[in-house]
Amino acid sequence: MEDLIADFVAECREMLESLGGEIVAWEAEPHDRARLDCIFRFVHTVKGNCGFFDFPRLETLSHAAEDALADVRAGRRSADAALVSAVLAVIDRIGEMIEIIERGEALPEGSDGDLIAALEEGAEAPVVETAPTLETETTSGGHGQAAPRTIRLSVELLDRVMSGVSDMVLARNELARRLREAPEDVAVAGAFERLSGIIAEMRDSITRTRMQRIENLFVALPRMVRDLSNELDKQVMIDIDGGDVELDREMIEMIRDPLTHIIRNAVDHGIEKPADRLAAGKREIGLLKVSARQSGNQILIDIVDDGKGIDGDRLVEKAIANNVLEAAAASEMSARDKLGLIFEAGLSTAQEVTAISGRGVGMDVVRSNVERIGGIVEVDSTLGAGTRMTLRVPLTLTIIPALTVSIGDQHFAIPRSAIEEIVRANGSSVTLERIGGAGVATIRGRRVPEIALADVLQLQSVMKDEERTLVVIRPAGGDTYALAVDRIHDHEELVVKPAAPAVMGTGLYAGTTLADDGSPILLFDPAGLAEVGGVKFEAAERAGRIAETQEAANDDAVEVLLFRSLGGERRAIRLGLVDRIEEVDVDCFSSAAGQLRVQLGDQILPLAGMASLDQLPASGRVRVFRLGDGDQELGYAFDEVLELDSLDHEITPAEHQGEVEGVTLVAGKPAELIDVHWLFADRLRAVAGKPKRQPVCCLPSDDMWMQNMLRPIVEAAGYRVVNVGSDEESIAELVVSTVDAEWPLPKEPGGATVLRLRNSADGDEESIYRYDRAGLLMALKTVTAAGGAK
Amino acid sequence: MNELLLIVSIAGSRVALPAAQVESVIELDALIPVPRAPHHVAGLSALRSRVLTVIDCQRSLGLGETTFEDGRIHEAAVVEIEGHHYALSVDAVEDVVEALSEPKEVRAAMGEGWERVSKGMVETEEGPLLLVSIDAVISGQPQVAAA
Repeated sequence: MEDLIADFVAECREMLESLGGEIVAWEAEPHDRARLDCIFRFVHTVKGNCGFFDFPRLETLSHAAEDALADVRAGRRSADAALVSAVLAVIDRIGEMIEIIERGEALPEGSDGDLIAALEEGAEAPVVETAPTLETETTSGGHGQAAPRTIRLSVELLDRVMSGVSDMVLARNELARRLREAPEDVAVAGAFERLSGIIAEMRDSITRTRMQRIENLFVALPRMVRDLSNELDKQVMIDIDGGDVELDREMIEMIRDPLTHIIRNAVDHGIEKPADRLAAGKREIGLLKVSARQSGNQILIDIVDDGKGIDGDRLVEKAIANNVLEAAAASEMSARDKLGLIFEAGLSTAQEVTAISGRGVGMDVVRSNVERIGGIVEVDSTLGAGTRMTLRVPLTLTIIPALTVSIGDQHFAIPRSAIEEIVRANGSSVTLERIGGAGVATIRGRRVPEIALADVLQLQSVMKDEERTLVVIRPAGGDTYALAVDRIHDHEELVVKPAAPAVMGTGLYAGTTLADDGSPILLFDPAGLAEVGGVKFEAAERAGRIAETQEAANDDAVEVLLFRSLGGERRAIRLGLVDRIEEVDVDCFSSAAGQLRVQLGDQILPLAGMASLDQLPASGRVRVFRLGDGDQELGYAFDEVLELDSLDHEITPAEHQGEVEGVTLVAGKPAELIDVHWLFADRLRAVAGKPKRQPVCCLPSDDMWMQNMLRPIVEAAGYRVVNVGSDEESIAELVVSTVDAEWPLPKEPGGATVLRLRNSADGDEESIYRYDRAGLLMALKTVTAAGGAK
Repeated sequence: MNELLLIVSIAGSRVALPAAQVESVIELDALIPVPRAPHHVAGLSALRSRVLTVIDCQRSLGLGETTFEDGRIHEAAVVEIEGHHYALSVDAVEDVVEALSEPKEVRAAMGEGWERVSKGMVETEEGPLLLVSIDAVISGQPQVAAA
């Protein structure tokens, strides 16, 4: 909370500072709409935050100013000298209060009635000079302000430091090359190693100063939604996903306000009161989903609620009433255009003005804020069923995983997120045809347009069509196509920067980046490639295609990454399990608590891929796969990546269970396939210290609530979940069912404890209300404890 | 204090660039070509950790073409415009001199390429020189001329 208040104070101060000039200018020119909007936004922000922090005095004051300014904005009132002075007095008072809050003191009792009265239409102009200030000393000097523990830096300075560090890394690489050529000198080599280590550490930390997990933005949301819903007598559950997407710090700051606004709107205007929800046949608890993901060269943040949706026709009525829209134009609007009206200034369908999201401010501010950073806000809504808002922001300066490919001897990068799969043009499941000069690839029965990268780029390539590799690409919002490239290289994490206008003007590229050896690489824009390559999109078929794609994803062709292990074996790992590849200094490996571990950033992960520390080289860096199961992570040390390929041969299973699942042919030669499940099972059990008893819980597989909501809780309590009707149901120690379900649920209930859940809060001892979290956890614990005692 | 000028030669002619805009002079080695980019964009190069967009001044002026594949070293002036770094590849970088006059209109007819990038003629100790607009060189020839 302290942090949040500090942020709030810092934000207000910044706004006050930048507002200083605006206020004076507004005084001179009261009809200047842009200035008015600026000041309005300030009081609106203050008001919104006050509601959250419980500064009632500040809230009343800012609310009053907002009301007055809203009238001016709506044209119901004109900005005369009296109003201007009154608003200025309010802003000054807000400034004083913020200073008090900053010093950590409570706001003194008192009334701002004088200032509020002055805002009334027709009020006498207040005598600002004699307006009583707060009854407290506002001289900050003698008060010994606590030294702040954080400082604000300009991003430009960070950029300079960052490019300095990058230069240092390149200089170090150069020095390393020279040292290798020179006669070995142990002392010099030792000093160089130390220098390398320090530089690497510096690079990591400076990179991290710019990049933030979007989680930092998301952590405050549950609390905000909780407070909002309490205030509004609503029940809202928030579900947050994708917090690990990394985003430029500046970008996070830029989307903080828009995101907050959208969520406030969703809770306030979107999700209905519990009684209305029940009447509409919905669960009384509204669901708000916030998720972030990367898509091509954009970060997408979805805010989805299952509330009452937006009434496009009512928006149109309002727009016409407010003279934003001509009646004639309205009749030609599509449903999407109508929804788009929500972003017009001064429009809101809410019947009443509330303290939460105000009156139609917000969405226009949201849009202008997002567009200022080159993003887009999209809205999609079904009346009665809910609303989806999507923020798309560019990835400038974000780190993206990319695949490097080449034509001839030039390398390019393709964003990994747009890649669906990689197949060989001469593989058994692929045929290439030319139809009227256009390429069509048939991949396991699915026809996709095929374009040769060499042709799009007008580059010479000696390779024949059928020797090429096809990268199947699905750009964000576009259709799938196959891109024929000469060779596939590595999977890399790249820091992408925008390229010069002349280069971006080709429409083919999303930016440039530097490879490890310091040479520039161009990153493709997958949608631009398709456009320049002449692929025609068929929007109408999109729905069918997505279903098809999902099927294809379940198909047997799994992408694998072929690599050489530390022991020199040719091994392969399923690509989807590799979160990223990191290079780690040998010092970061350790053997602790009976297990090998590796330090990656500020995390310590269990390590596989080697039996003892002796396998590590004496010094230098070792590559590590960061493997993730979506929840937990594991490191896997290896020597080098050889190739990306798809798994299209049979796997000969290994004789014993272990690290290697079996042997298969990859790129024509045998390779050992890593059994990642076994690794996780083995390493993570060891992490827990001792083999843990895992009780089994049986849940009905067709109950969505149980599968989506209850299951994570049950699993977190240490259970292994099996479905009703599965072979393992007989060993379940706990069976969960709804209160009215027919008994016996599992065919052989055995000695299982049965936990019955009911949907309403009222009920008897026989069952537990399904949102009684404490009760649920207690029941889960009881069974674990009882089972353990057996 | 008079404006400083960097004397370079482009397509055999000695011309002046405003030295204040030039960050440094570098030697270009291998370039990474940018397929489908406008003709005067010779490729990309890296200067320390920055990506430079290399502009071939000869091509920009429509006066020929610099070949970068011959293994020879090419000198280039590095400038920053709107946050992007460019390297202007020239035949040779000669000297820095002081301008002795304000740029004046050139009254004789110049070649079409030169006309477009000219900011006028300046007097220097080494005689009159054509002052070249860096922005105009970077934006290259109008699309019609390039086609």
